[in-house]
Amino acid sequence: MTTSLAVAIMIGIAFGWTLERAGLGSAPKLAGQFYLTDLTVFKVMFSAIVTAMLGAFWLARLGVLDLSQVYVPETYLLPQLAGGVLFGAGFVIAGLCPGTSCVAAAAGRGDGALVMLGMFGGVLATGLAFAPLRDFYESTARGSLTLPDLLHVPYGAIVCAVVAMALIAFQIAERVEKRA
Amino acid sequence: MSFGKWFRGLGVSRSRGKSAPQAYADPYIAGTGLGLVLLAAFVIAGRGLGASGAFASGAAGVVAAASPARAAANPYFARYLSGGGPWREWLLFEIAGVVIGGFLSALVAGRLRAIIERGPSLGRGGRLANAFAGGAIMGIGAVLARGCTSGLALTGGALLSVGSWLFMIAAFAGAYLFAPIVKRAWR
Repeated sequence: MTTSLAVAIMIGIAFGWTLERAGLGSAPKLAGQFYLTDLTVFKVMFSAIVTAMLGAFWLARLGVLDLSQVYVPETYLLPQLAGGVLFGAGFVIAGLCPGTSCVAAAAGRGDGALVMLGMFGGVLATGLAFAPLRDFYESTARGSLTLPDLLHVPYGAIVCAVVAMALIAFQIAERVEKRA
Repeated sequence: MSFGKWFRGLGVSRSRGKSAPQAYADPYIAGTGLGLVLLAAFVIAGRGLGASGAFASGAAGVVAAASPARAAANPYFARYLSGGGPWREWLLFEIAGVVIGGFLSALVAGRLRAIIERGPSLGRGGRLANAFAGGAIMGIGAVLARGCTSGLALTGGALLSVGSWLFMIAAFAGAYLFAPIVKRAWR
């Protein structure tokens, strides 16, 4: 096995461990996000985004991390908008997303295993029926577009804005949970 | 102020009693931990986390095993056939790690149980049908969007990708739009 695949397993173990620790291997807990009774999904996701965003920003500033060597997910406006809405609908029906379904299944949850199976079937079927979807899939391509590029605002300013937004959103999330 | 209580549930600690599972970690602490894992992936591997890509690579592997010509002619699956092939894809090993990590965490927390988790008014059959259907719909969405909550939302969100933020907003909107329709499944 190559080093990079060994690294992949190690990173995956840490990823799965953290998700399970937060309770994200339990579908009813995740579903609570969409009925505003348990906002763990939002809190975990945004603390993680803020942490990794600040880390990447400062490590790049200090010369430890070369951001040009990190793959930035490419933007395809319409496919990501439509795919996102579909994905969200599937998420609330399943109660788990692809990553958390693996954690749920690993913890013995039969519903987690079925989400994994459904996910595999959905990807397989869509892949096999790809030809007529291809034009839409390739449409509205914007490459590795980032928010600082789009808004013509310095990288650091967007980082500050996201942190501020997250801190406000966390306050709101706490209030929403108390009311539920 | 005790900092220890913030980290309760994050590491290995003995659960109280035999039947009571350990409490979940604080979501902000767990989220910060997840962010550090993601940051480590950026630094060590030059890429973020992912999940749906592992399913896509596995699907490409199955199609290639059934019909190599068909897989090679399919523009969606063909990309996974280059390099070491679909079964040596980085994300497939990462997701194997997720399964191991999730299992170990559940094991030491006393949460390892063979059950079907569901809402109070939904039967086991209905829950399993929903799990499969929801998974399949997410599969279609993840193919169109080129990723899921891990690879697109989390990873690209931290790197400030426009498509990632668009996907995240669309996914939460889709989920909140659909939540009242499937309320009976969870409430």
